[in-house]
Amino acid sequence: MKKLLNITLITLALSSFTYASMGDDPLFAKLTIDELEYQDNDEKNTAWDTNLWIGYDLNKLYFYSEGEKPKDGTTQSENQLVYNRAIAPYWDIQFGVGYDKTENDSQTWGVVALQGLAPYFFETRGALLIGDSGNIGLRLEAEYEALLTQKLILTPSISTDLYSKDNVSMGLGKGLSNITAGARLRYEIRREFAPYVGVEWSKNFGNTADISPLDEGYAVAGVRVWF
Amino acid sequence: MLRKESNINRRTFVKGVALSSLFATLPLGAKEPKPTIDKSHDLHGTAFSLVIGKTAVNLTGTPAIATTVNGQISGPTLHFREGDTVTIKVYNDLEVDSSIHWHGLILPPAMDGVPGISFEGIKPKETFTYTITLRQSGTFWYHSHSGFQEQSGVYGAIVIHPKEKEPFEFDRDYVVSLSDWSDEKPESIYRKLKMMPDYYNFKQRTVGDFFSEVKENGLVNAFNSRKMWNKMAMSDRDLSDVTGYTYTYLMNGNNPATQFKALFRAGEKIRLRFINSSAMTFFDVRIPNLKMTIVAADGNNVEPVTVDEFRIGVAETYDVIVEPQNNEAYAIFAQSLDRSGYALGSLTTNAQNLASAPTMDALPILSHADMGMNMGGMKMDNGKMDDGKMDIKSDKKMAKNMPMKKKIPITPLPEARGVQTTMRAMDPQYRLSDPGVGLRDNGRKVLTYADLKSLDGVVDTTYPDREIILRLTGNMERYMWSINGIKYADAKPLQFHYGERLRITYINDTMMNHPMHLHGMWSDLETGENQLVRKHTVIVQPGSKISMQVTVDAKGEWAYHCHLLYHMGGMFRKVIVS
Repeated sequence: MKKLLNITLITLALSSFTYASMGDDPLFAKLTIDELEYQDNDEKNTAWDTNLWIGYDLNKLYFYSEGEKPKDGTTQSENQLVYNRAIAPYWDIQFGVGYDKTENDSQTWGVVALQGLAPYFFETRGALLIGDSGNIGLRLEAEYEALLTQKLILTPSISTDLYSKDNVSMGLGKGLSNITAGARLRYEIRREFAPYVGVEWSKNFGNTADISPLDEGYAVAGVRVWF
Repeated sequence: MLRKESNINRRTFVKGVALSSLFATLPLGAKEPKPTIDKSHDLHGTAFSLVIGKTAVNLTGTPAIATTVNGQISGPTLHFREGDTVTIKVYNDLEVDSSIHWHGLILPPAMDGVPGISFEGIKPKETFTYTITLRQSGTFWYHSHSGFQEQSGVYGAIVIHPKEKEPFEFDRDYVVSLSDWSDEKPESIYRKLKMMPDYYNFKQRTVGDFFSEVKENGLVNAFNSRKMWNKMAMSDRDLSDVTGYTYTYLMNGNNPATQFKALFRAGEKIRLRFINSSAMTFFDVRIPNLKMTIVAADGNNVEPVTVDEFRIGVAETYDVIVEPQNNEAYAIFAQSLDRSGYALGSLTTNAQNLASAPTMDALPILSHADMGMNMGGMKMDNGKMDDGKMDIKSDKKMAKNMPMKKKIPITPLPEARGVQTTMRAMDPQYRLSDPGVGLRDNGRKVLTYADLKSLDGVVDTTYPDREIILRLTGNMERYMWSINGIKYADAKPLQFHYGERLRITYINDTMMNHPMHLHGMWSDLETGENQLVRKHTVIVQPGSKISMQVTVDAKGEWAYHCHLLYHMGGMFRKVIVS
């Protein structure tokens, strides 16, 4: 995995050397805190969903982090560091590493992902995870931005996880593991800053539900920030 | 001719827009000391001295720092005389490299002012002396060709007074320079466009728009009419990358509150020299209650055509004659193409009596034609939807009627399809008689390219030797721009052969108008059967095609690019004439 990171960094360095002088493709970085919210569920979670990228039009390095911290519990998170290459007008392919942390354990993954804008303006990302224990996971997510007005934006979203094996200490079960669907209504005070309220529903299925039962709907409130 | 020769171009500068020079730094390592800045708004003669520097301005109510020429926005108007050889010393008082490009002037390549192509640029605290022999007359302009300095104020007008009497008469003569000012740094604007290409678009399609269409046309029709756009993930409201959200539109450096004032007496003929010195903004210009007679385009005289309104693309110029008969204030009204704001001035008999702005037009909506779709097919698609009812004039006859006596050989150019291009115009049409999105069927007589014809003898009518096709390409989702799917950094120079007559056909594979500017040589635009107009900047409408002819009579290396400042980095070619 270190090798991959090295390759990524070398690629970025080379691409900066090639493009920087021409001016249309300078090195940029963007931090997006897509969700930073309080969830009104039993755990009283503080949850986040963020990504940071640095790079150029075609080559970027992405860091993703999402997770939650229950009011009286330990933080759980899913993190990925990937090299991102634009391969089609609306699509990027990504390679890298993932690191999940739960209360009891942690897991490292190899990650291959595809992200982009699907027809009908659906923002999508699908990541294939290959665990060192031979477990294979698939995490799919899609969201849509519906403009109620120019600044009031409703974002329905859905995500689902599937795994090929049980992993009790990570709280994952074989098969369809979880579906989370939500809708968040934000008001863009500025493009970069938008408070929101929303609802979310999250349910574990199959073996995952046996390991860690979950089926709850709750309200959320938070802010979306990027810069 | 009753023309008042001197002082006719007085510009009333408004106190609220006072400009003062900041950073009077000592020249470090300068080859020549910093010259004293001449604060005149009009400079005449054959020896000129310009200083590019930083100036504190307040154009919006908030103080900001501009980059300026001689401390002014717009920079001073340079009055040249046809036939003169002028020297212009340009001192760079910025901390970064700068340059001045003389837009539309026919000159030696070393004097063209494009860093990296014509010369090395002007280093900080150094002077570059331009020597130009004027072989033309008319209205032109100058601007920095370095970084984004043009956006932050480095531009001004050029008036080249002709040797011979012009074929039209006028009593007064005013430059009307239109521009877009932002208190934001241009680098910040560019970054935001890269982060979020629709950052500045606050006129996007909403859920409510869809429901109105459902109500009007039924669910199935409403859905079908959206189908094309949705499938391609493209927006029909994507008119301008940068809008009035950040821009204040200026007329001769005045905002709509302070207003540029052009004085007249009833019955006089007034020549207005419109120059679009914007970085990114197309303007639709009209003077309510006055007809405008277009007498020149891009500095070259045309057969006069009388209109109510014209669209002026970035870097274009139009000279118009107006004859107000009443002692009242007329609004010189230039609304941005996306209707997010306007520049405003008054044509008035009394500087205290200002005109008020008319209401801006409704938001233009792009049509399937603007996507390069075939009209007939579109009508089947959605009978009475948005664009179906519009009478978009595609010049079907154009291709046949062009004076193509024999087939012109096409030189193929490298082309790439991939990340760079989100769209391909499937059936691009010549749309010379289409005034463009937002101006179709608006009840006014709007200028189109089909109306423009150079006066006899102005253009070369040699039959083209060969043709090249340039597809204007982009990826709006990633804010990347290119030609033939290849951006400047990855492209080989275009080879033009000295002495040839070259036909260039543009196909616009994007949803935006691109003003294409070839340096060093004229662009003789085909505007009809045996009809050419001599220009330096050609608007290529979304999804359309258009052809021009170039007499390749200038050896050397030249820049060739889209004149939208934030498209230029990618949608650019170096041309080598040998």
